[in-house]
Amino acid sequence: MTGDTAAGWFQDVDPGDTEGARAAIEDGSADGPADWPGLAVEADFAADEDDYYSRLRAATLRAATAASRERERADDNQLTHSLRAMDDARRTANELAERVAEWAGSLGWPEDAAAVADREPGEPGERRLVALATRVRSLEEEAAALRGHVERTAPSVAPNLSALAGPILAARLVSLAGGLEALARKPSGTLQVLGAEDALFAHLQGGAPSPKHGVIYTHEYVRGTDPAERGSAARALAGKLTIAARVDHYSGDRRATLDRELDERIERIRTRGDG
Amino acid sequence: MNLPEGVQYRTIGGDRTLATRGPQVSDESTDEGWRAWDPGRSKLGAMLDAGMETGLTGGETVLYLGAAAGTTPSHVADFAGPTYAVEFAPRPVRDLVAVARDRDRLFPLLKDARRPETYAHTVEPVDTIVQDVATRGQAAVALENRQFLREDGRLLLAVKARSEDVTREPEAVFEAATAELEEGYELLDRRRLDPRHEDHLAVVARPR
Repeated sequence: MTGDTAAGWFQDVDPGDTEGARAAIEDGSADGPADWPGLAVEADFAADEDDYYSRLRAATLRAATAASRERERADDNQLTHSLRAMDDARRTANELAERVAEWAGSLGWPEDAAAVADREPGEPGERRLVALATRVRSLEEEAAALRGHVERTAPSVAPNLSALAGPILAARLVSLAGGLEALARKPSGTLQVLGAEDALFAHLQGGAPSPKHGVIYTHEYVRGTDPAERGSAARALAGKLTIAARVDHYSGDRRATLDRELDERIERIRTRGDG
Repeated sequence: MNLPEGVQYRTIGGDRTLATRGPQVSDESTDEGWRAWDPGRSKLGAMLDAGMETGLTGGETVLYLGAAAGTTPSHVADFAGPTYAVEFAPRPVRDLVAVARDRDRLFPLLKDARRPETYAHTVEPVDTIVQDVATRGQAAVALENRQFLREDGRLLLAVKARSEDVTREPEAVFEAATAELEEGYELLDRRRLDPRHEDHLAVVARPR
């Protein structure tokens, strides 16, 4: 709004305008503090100090409620959208690349979409093929850009979960759970098999073995652990990721001790496997 | 012992405890309008319980940085005057708002304590700054917010060693933080809050 030190949040706000007051608290700024209660009374914004504080109270309550709700909703929701868009872009690019390869092969061309995109088309049919290959290339570029975006934003939405799981897996868990709050409410056994719902239902209907891991399989601590100890590793990882998601949702603090505890726990499991 | 007006030791539910008068916030025990203030869950409570000279007398204007879900700010607002509570994480602010709804002069602000210009248009000069932020650069936050403190005001600061650097010895972290703090403050008292608050240093200072 203004950097003028003499301008308090109430400067351009009509005393009855609650929405204007909310916006002024949220978006305004000043170079430094001043005797705002006194100035507000002088400016006839408030009748007296008590009146000023009641107005300030109403405005700050409204601003804090709206801003926290909006930010809470916005952040994990946006992360989920970017991750799903990244998956869609990649899956579609792969699908179209297969079509390009098949078509290019029939013409005796190299089958790689990037190479096809660089060719000089002759006939109308070739023109369509080259155009399709350029779409594949730009979709791949978009998938990479979306991945970069997810990697940059996940740590601000879920700092601890991103540190422990890596930003992509963190975003995937948030997405599968349907939000950070939903993830924070899940027991660790559920987080452990998120993404393995098909296998889980097959198990619950009888016959199939219970899945030991869902998407957390992509984590080095599961995939890189000896198969005999993999279930323990998945359980330990899921336990720490659950705590990380809860800290991220309920407090927002970064707790570096979690990283160390997880490292030590996996170390113990792996050494046990060696012995 | 210098407790501010409005803070007392009371026997509540059979336990002797610090207490303030105000609406209940969560599951703390209460008795005749007094509510227990657990120094094990509040760094400011621990500072008062340890007998530190906080300069708090009751009724003062307070800027609280790192208000979290509002547990300690609720006790402050019980005995102090206008209390501006700054917290940056949206989830705890939801609880802070609920606490503030039950109190007349507790003002919740979803703001970053590292960017005072974003709330200087709302916060008036104060008698006391209480700071309990779990980010790196805690001394820098105190220095940047010094502009809110009246000349004879007090900074009541809890430095969390682990927020600065988990790998360094807490005492080394505290030395660095207090040295930086002295660029703008005169340190009046410092005390470790262990074992109640592990690796935390409490500091009382006044602006120089």
